Amino acid sequence: MYRILKEAWRLGKVGRSVPHHKSAGVLARSAAIRHVDAGSCNGCELEIQALGGPHYGLEQAGLRFTASPRHADILLVTGPVSRHMAAALQDTYNAMAHPKKVLALGDCACTGGVFKGSYAIVGPVESVLPVQGRCPGCPPKPEKILEALDALRNDQVVP
Amino acid sequence: MNQEAIFPETVGAVSNLSGPLFCVETDMTGWQIIAQELQQQGARLLGIWGESLGDLSFLIHALFLQKNNCLWCRLRLPETAEEFPSLSAIFPTASRQERAIADLLGVHAQGNTDRRPWLRHAAWPASFFPLRQGPIPQAELGVQGDTDYAYVTLSDENSHEIPVGPVHAGTIEPGHFRFTCLGEQVLHLEERLGYTHKGVERLFHGLDPIGGLTLAGRISGDNTVAYAWAYSMALENIAGITLPDRATALRGICLERERLANHLGDLGAMGNDAGLAFALTQMMALKEELLQGNERIFGHRYLMDVVCPGGVAVDLSADASRQLCASATRWQERLQDLELLLREHAGLRDRLVGTGSITPARAVHWGMGGLAGRASNQAWDLRVHLMPAPYDRFPMTIALASEGDVAARWAVRFAEVFTSLRWQEEVLAALPEGSHQIPCALPKQGQGLGIVEGWRGEVFVALRLEAGKIARCHPHDPSWSLWPVLEEAVLQDIVADFPLINKSFNLSYSGQDL
Repeated sequence: MYRILKEAWRLGKVGRSVPHHKSAGVLARSAAIRHVDAGSCNGCELEIQALGGPHYGLEQAGLRFTASPRHADILLVTGPVSRHMAAALQDTYNAMAHPKKVLALGDCACTGGVFKGSYAIVGPVESVLPVQGRCPGCPPKPEKILEALDALRNDQVVP
Repeated sequence: MNQEAIFPETVGAVSNLSGPLFCVETDMTGWQIIAQELQQQGARLLGIWGESLGDLSFLIHALFLQKNNCLWCRLRLPETAEEFPSLSAIFPTASRQERAIADLLGVHAQGNTDRRPWLRHAAWPASFFPLRQGPIPQAELGVQGDTDYAYVTLSDENSHEIPVGPVHAGTIEPGHFRFTCLGEQVLHLEERLGYTHKGVERLFHGLDPIGGLTLAGRISGDNTVAYAWAYSMALENIAGITLPDRATALRGICLERERLANHLGDLGAMGNDAGLAFALTQMMALKEELLQGNERIFGHRYLMDVVCPGGVAVDLSADASRQLCASATRWQERLQDLELLLREHAGLRDRLVGTGSITPARAVHWGMGGLAGRASNQAWDLRVHLMPAPYDRFPMTIALASEGDVAARWAVRFAEVFTSLRWQEEVLAALPEGSHQIPCALPKQGQGLGIVEGWRGEVFVALRLEAGKIARCHPHDPSWSLWPVLEEAVLQDIVADFPLINKSFNLSYSGQDL
């Protein structure tokens, strides 16, 4: 235990300090996020995982990932929405309580990206669900994801 | 090279494609004989895929790997034939790939008892074969879920089923797992994949060869360097060019940094799945440092589009090279402390040791390679055996463990982190002078193959050009051969161990689903 504490002490606080959020939108200052991979290449997943690391202080910013869509305020969707995932994505959205918002993450989720035009793709997330936020990039950097999540939870518009 | 010494006589007239890569054309009878013969000599099947040559004429390809060479075997089906002999009785991992060929091309493997679809769910009609040339029936494409897949059911009335996925509790890719359990004990696990099928192989068709690189780098995002390298290698193979030493050395650095990023991430995530958040925090902090270094020096956190035909897109300045070298030295010290601490952590060991075990004998049965294979004492590593540049000039050592459990896969990851860091120091200290990229003039047609030892295992890309465009491109992920092994690894363990075992393999869904 002592050695673990020593290593934790040695690592200290990495990354930049988390901005203090003063604005209170519909979702107030905290939001629970449910992530669904709708056919991504797993590049965006790497950045979502990085977001959970010590450099970005996701939970300090009042954001956390949740295992159940029932507990989620924001649906974070990656991938160009493959035909095989469209039904599962819709089910996840339907299972969420109001108010709920959808953030399309990455070029594929925003436009279809490099997979645009394939027979196996339905199209960008907005062709399946109402989308309130977009965060392009291939993959978008963790700072950008954090910004997009922050903007979305402070947004007063309720679908 | 004496070809008779390499391949058994029954294989037939073998031609050399380049370096350790050989080709052979065969017929319906030769197909299984070659596979049988090679299997007895200890070769592994890396992949099987199909190709349509228009007007109902089909080619089936297989790639076999022996310790020091590859054999690319091509079977041209007779006119109007829509079946070929199955290899699934010889190489068990062939089964799902043959089912995928049936889904995408409408050509069935005769003798494969499993006739269920694999990559096709319910979203398009069974009469549409995406890889046959012809129009896409847009009106018939749907978004229906897969509801009538015939899962294997056990007749034991005391057992119960747990369906999991495709949407999982954490941030991972989608796939469905059907557990049959007796209490907590897993009696049977069946995987159902294909949820991320994006029609990549059809998208490649007709693309400009240089333009295909962007798509190749996004087949499995965590393996982007390996795919971009394999794709570029296939093109360079067709063009018949040899890269300058500096270009290959820089590619090696990129590939090893990708390996490092993934191994660090996995070690952290495995610790986390065993309830030790400390491991995750420490490893993620190191991984983030590495990713930020990637962005500063190569311009992309995951090195997407850095490897390109003819070399690499970014050269390394002397200063950047020193920075990379210094961080490699610093991380080794840091990781040695962490490795020791975690190796002696009783709670962590309790979860890792003996969990998700694949014995070396079973690993031989499955023809395992890559990281998971090396953890079950299967000494396969292209960097060590085929020694493609830069590994000929800067040799790499293989990391092995024999227990085949989660702890062994953990240990091999740590060992590879250290060998990889030392290797990078060595290369950076003696980085060859010269050009980092040369022009790659492409002939209008030809076929080539590129193969690279990615962090999971062997990634290859088979490519055929026609009239200056891509006629067929098959990217192949090592996950194809490892997913079936995972079904066996969880037996004898409890459901709660599944996330840990799954993470210890960390296979690609996207790379397999294509």
